[in-house]
This record gives sequence, structure tokens and C-alpha cells, in this order.
Amino acid sequence: MAADTPVEYIKHHLTNLTYGKLQPLENGEPYVRADGSIVEEATWTFARTAQEAADMGFMAFHVDTLGWSIAMGVLFLGLFRYAATRATAGIPSGLQNLVEITFEFIQGLVRDVFHGKNPLIAPLALTIFVWILLMNVLKLIPVDFIPSVAHAMGLEYFKIVPTTDPNATFGMSFGVFLLILFYSFKVKGVGGFTKELAFNPFNHWSMVPVNLMLEILALIIKPISLALRLFGNMYAGEVVFILIALLPLWVQWTLNVPWAIFHILVIPLQAFIFTVLTVVYLSAAHEDH
Amino acid sequence: MNINLTLIGQSIAFAIFVWFCVKYVWPPITAAMEARQKKIADGLSAADRASLDLELAQEKATKEMQKAKEEAAALIDQANKRAAQIVEASKDDARKEGEKLIEQARAEIQQERVQARDALRNEVAALAVAGAEKILETSVDAKAHSEMLEKLAAEL
Repeated sequence: MAADTPVEYIKHHLTNLTYGKLQPLENGEPYVRADGSIVEEATWTFARTAQEAADMGFMAFHVDTLGWSIAMGVLFLGLFRYAATRATAGIPSGLQNLVEITFEFIQGLVRDVFHGKNPLIAPLALTIFVWILLMNVLKLIPVDFIPSVAHAMGLEYFKIVPTTDPNATFGMSFGVFLLILFYSFKVKGVGGFTKELAFNPFNHWSMVPVNLMLEILALIIKPISLALRLFGNMYAGEVVFILIALLPLWVQWTLNVPWAIFHILVIPLQAFIFTVLTVVYLSAAHEDH
Repeated sequence: MNINLTLIGQSIAFAIFVWFCVKYVWPPITAAMEARQKKIADGLSAADRASLDLELAQEKATKEMQKAKEEAAALIDQANKRAAQIVEASKDDARKEGEKLIEQARAEIQQERVQARDALRNEVAALAVAGAEKILETSVDAKAHSEMLEKLAAEL
């Protein structure tokens, strides 16, 4: 591996494969890359060190996160679409059974939690649940397997679990946040929604500023908590896996196996929490007082 | 752990996945599942109906059997009656035949008796004539005394 000390090893495993724009410094001096080469003009390239990745700022993509999450999304939709096109009202086969179990699980969840009528919510919940589940499951692949393969192919950094990248979790929760806003305005109207923000929890005109502050904060906290909860759990679990991987080979399994078994619980649980909270938030957005 | 364009890329990917799921995944599966639900419900109601039908059929069968039994019993009754009638009639015939035979026998007996009496009478007449001849030591001319003899015979 490209890491000699444990710290470097951990850092290495927690850095994404970043493709972004390297720019000359603000004072006009060229940017000096890790290998000593000089960047005189803004160029799009793969970051070779964590520092370079950080220096790229906002104008960068985590290729591994995007790639794996899209792959998982395509896998999910491919499987479900395949099952959907072959779905019969007769006796379901293996894949159809699996799909239908997931389906009924999500349907039951939405029926219990969501008290409105919106054909978008259930498919949304299904997408979130299965997608997150699949992305989380990648974590059970031993931490060095795929990065080693990637390294052999010349890619310096490779992080395969998209949910350990806040970009992925925030990307989703941002989408959920937009939906919350959209349905809040749609169902309650601009006036209704503003009123709800302004007169809750203290129903008095003099408390309007306080209410607004509290409610807007509560609103903004929703997507942040969603994203950070998932990210935090997955990231922490990943760090522990990496730490275990630093142990001598012959004891790794004593910790690795229990931790992996524990994650069989954590993986669906986090997917489930994200899904339930999304449905709960959207349900609240649909409630007109 | 840098926040960058990946965030936007992920949001777009998420939106596309949700759209695809809403449009192409959810409807066919729900349709199939609802169709199956309906099929199962239909099957169950059909089974209910079938068991009801079975009950009705059993009831009907029992009734038919009862009816058949009654008919059979009536037939047997009728047959018994008829047999009794036949027996009665043949008894009657036999009795009549017997009576007729008895009557015939009686008539024959009567006839024989009359014949026997006549024969006896003639013999007695002859004996009486013979006795009288012995007594008179002369022959009695049967022709001359036939009148008397006949009178005698008639008295016997």
C-alpha cells in the first residue's frame, strides 16, 4: 500500500479519489504539486495527495463516491426494474419475492407514518432505503480489497463506501430538504407555511421573531441531522474497520468478524432511520393545520 | 471529507433514481401485487362458494336418498299387499275346488248308495220270492206276481 505509518494508512483510506480543478495561488504564484510539478493555469486533474484534494476546494468531484453510489443506484433500479417487468400475479419467484418483501415493508412503513396522499412518497422511501442499504453494504467488503485493486490500476485513493462521504449523504438529504420545502409550500401555501413558522411554538405576535428563529433552525436541522447521522455512523464504523486492519494479520478476525456482524445490524438500521425520518418529515410537511 | 461538486452530483443522481423508481419500478410491482391480491381474494371467495355448493349438494343428495328409500318402502308394501292378495285368491280357489270335489264325491256316493239300495232291493225281492217258493213249495210265477213283488220291493 501507499502508506507506511498507521496514520498515513488511515488517512489514505479516508481520502476520496478526487478529480478537480487545481489553480494557481491567489497571489498569482503557480501551484506546486506534491511531486514538484508546477500548475501555472487552472487545470482539471486527479488529486495525488489529500492536500491537493483539499486545495481543489469546491470545484472537485469524488469520482469513487459518485461511481459507486451511481453503480449501487443502477444496481437497485436494474434489479427492481427487472423484477417489475417480470412481475406476475401468479406465484412469485425468488427475485420477485425479495423485491416484494422490500416493497411491502416500505408500503407498510409509509402507510403507518405518512398520513397524506402522495404517490411520490412510497417510491421515494423505497429508493432511499434500498440505495442507502446497498451503499452501506459495500462497507462489509474488507477495507483493502478494492483500494488495492484500484491502486494496481494506478488510482492513488479509492474509498468505496459512498455513505462515508458527507457529499453523498448531504446530497440525499438536500434532495429531501427540497421536497420538504416544496410540499410545505404546495400544501400549506406560502402564507400558511410562513404562519406555521411564525406562530409556533409560541402563539403570540410578540414572539414571532423567536418562533421564526426556532422554526427555521428546526427546519434546517432536519436535512443536516439526516445526513450527519448516516455519515457519522458509517464513517465511524469505517474508521474502526481500518483500525482493525492495522492489527497483525492473525488477530484481525477476532475483532473484524464481530464488528462486521454488528454492522449487519447497523447497515439496515441506518438505511431504515434515514427512510423513516424522511417519511416523517414529509408527512409533517403535508399536514395542514 | 471535502464538500464539493460531488454534493450536487449526488443530488442529481438521487433525483434521477427517485424519478426512475416512481415512473418505472413502483407502478408495475404494485400492479402485480394488487392483481395477486385480487386473485387470492377471488380464489378464497370461490372456495367459500364451492364449499357452500358442496353443502347444498349434500343436502340435496340426502333428500334424494330419503325419497328413494320412501319409494322403495312403498314398492315393497305394494308388493306385499299384492302377494297377500294372490295368496288369498289362490286360497279361495283351492277352497272352491275342494268344495267342488267334495260335492262331486258326495254325488257319487249318493249315486252308489242308490244303486246299492236298488241292487239290495232286487236281491231282497228275489230272496223273498225264493223264501215264499220254499214256503209254498211251488214256484211263484214271477210274471203273475210281479205286481206284488214290485210293491214289496218298493216297500223295502
